[in-house]
Amino acid sequence: MALILFYLTSAVAVFATVMMLTRLNAVHGLLYLILSLLAVGVIFFLMGAYFAAVLEVIIYAGAIMVLFVFVIMMLNQGQTTTAQERVWLEPGIWLGPSFLALILLVELVVIIAHGGHIETGQVVSAKQVGIALFGPYLIAVELASILLLAGLVGAYHLGRPIPKTLPPESRP
Amino acid sequence: MNDELGEAPDIAGILIAVIAVAALLIWVERRLLAFWQDRLGPNRVGPLGLMQVVADMIKMFFKEDWIPPFADKPIFVIAPTIVFITALAAFAVIPFAPGVGIIDFNFGLLYFLALSSLSVYSIVLAGYASNNKYSLLGGLRAAAQTVSYEVFMGISIMGVVMLAGTFDLREIVEAQRGGWFIVPQFVGFVIFLIAIVAESRRGPLDLPEAEQELVAGFHTEYSGMKFGMFFVGEYVAIILSSAIIVTLFFGGWLGPWLPPLAWFCLKTGIGVLFFILIRGALPRPRYDQLMAFGWKILLPAGLLNLVITGALALPPG
Repeated sequence: MALILFYLTSAVAVFATVMMLTRLNAVHGLLYLILSLLAVGVIFFLMGAYFAAVLEVIIYAGAIMVLFVFVIMMLNQGQTTTAQERVWLEPGIWLGPSFLALILLVELVVIIAHGGHIETGQVVSAKQVGIALFGPYLIAVELASILLLAGLVGAYHLGRPIPKTLPPESRP
Repeated sequence: MNDELGEAPDIAGILIAVIAVAALLIWVERRLLAFWQDRLGPNRVGPLGLMQVVADMIKMFFKEDWIPPFADKPIFVIAPTIVFITALAAFAVIPFAPGVGIIDFNFGLLYFLALSSLSVYSIVLAGYASNNKYSLLGGLRAAAQTVSYEVFMGISIMGVVMLAGTFDLREIVEAQRGGWFIVPQFVGFVIFLIAIVAESRRGPLDLPEAEQELVAGFHTEYSGMKFGMFFVGEYVAIILSSAIIVTLFFGGWLGPWLPPLAWFCLKTGIGVLFFILIRGALPRPRYDQLMAFGWKILLPAGLLNLVITGALALPPG
C-alpha cells in the first residue's frame, strides 16, 4: 500500500515539475511548482519523516512560493510575456539541457543497476554536517551570514524613508 | 496514535457540524453586529430571522455564476476552493475532547501552521486570476500581510510548545491541567491573537478586501457560489482560529462539571463571539501601519517572550 502511494506521489511530483518547466504563463508554472513541493511533502510523510514533511509545506510551499507569486503578481506581466516565453522556449532550446540531463539519468541507472554499490566517498550524516559546519568550517558559515547581512542592510538602505528636508531634485 | 479517533461517524459528524455552524454564523454575525450598532439586523425570515441563512443560500445558488471573459479561467475557479479545503483540513488535528477528533498527529501544531500558510493562495490567486486592479491590490496586500504575520504567529506559540514540550495538540491540552497557558504566556497569547486575526483576514485587519478603498478587494469579480465559498470559508476559518486559541491557551476541553466536549464547544463559541465583537468594535488600521506594527513591535516582543520563556523553562543546573 505504502509503495503504491509512494510511486503515485512521485509520479505527481515528476509530472508537476515537468509541467512547471514547460508552462509559458509564469503563474501557471508556479502553481505546478507548488504542487510538486506538496507532493515532495507527502513523500516525506510516507517515509515517516513527519517533521520534514510539515516543514516542507510551511517553508517552501507556504512562505517562499507565496513570495514568488507575490513578485510575479507585482510585475503583472500580461499576454506579451506569454508570447515572449513562446519565442524563448522553442523546441531547439531543449536539446542541450535534455542531452546533459540524459547523461545524468544514464549514470543514475548504472548506479542502480549495480545495486547502489558503486565505490563512493564515506556516507555523511546530518549530524556530521552540523558538526563540520560549526567546527572547522565556522568561518565559511560566518562569511555566508555576513553576505546575507549585507543583503539585508542593502535592502534596508533602498527602502529607507526619504528625508523631507532634501530638495525634490536631489532625492533618490 | 489513538485508535478511538478517526472513525467514519466522527469525521462525518465533525464535518457536518463545522459547516452547519459556519453557515449559522452568517446570521449570528449580522444579528450581533446589528445589536452592537443599535440596529435590529435580519429578523424577518422565520423565528428571530433564523431562516435568513436558508434564504441567503437559495439566493446564492440561483445567482448567475459569472466568470469574467478577461479572467484566467482555471485559476479563477480553483481559488475559492483552496480557502475552504485548507480550513476544513486543519480541523483534522483539532482535539475536540478525549476520544473525539480525527487524527492524533505528533506535529499537529505544525500541521495547522502549514495549512494556514497555504490558505493565502486562495486570496492571492483570486486576486491574480480576476485580472482587475482592485483584486490585484487585494491579493498583493493579502500576500504581504499573511507572509509577515505567519512569522509572528509561529514565534508566539513557541512559548507554549516549550512549556508543553510537544507539538501534539492533545498533549498540549493535557499539559494545561495545572493551569491554562494564557497566564504564563500572556504576551504570546496577545501576539498570537493579533496574528491570527491578520492571518484569517478578518476585520479590523481585513485590508485585502477593504471595501472603502478596494471595492471588495480580491473577490470583486466573484459572484454566486464562488463568492459563497469565500464567504463560508471565512467563517470556517474563524471557528478554526478560536478552536486553536482555546486549545493552546485556554485548556482545550479541560474544565469542571460539564463533559469535555461541552467545555470545548463553549470556549470555542466565546472565541467566535469575540472575533465578531472586535470586527464591530475596532477601526481598520492603514496598511503601512499594519506592516510597521508587525515588524517593529510584534516581532521583537515575540522574540523577547521566546527568550524569557526559554530561560525560565530551562531546567536548572
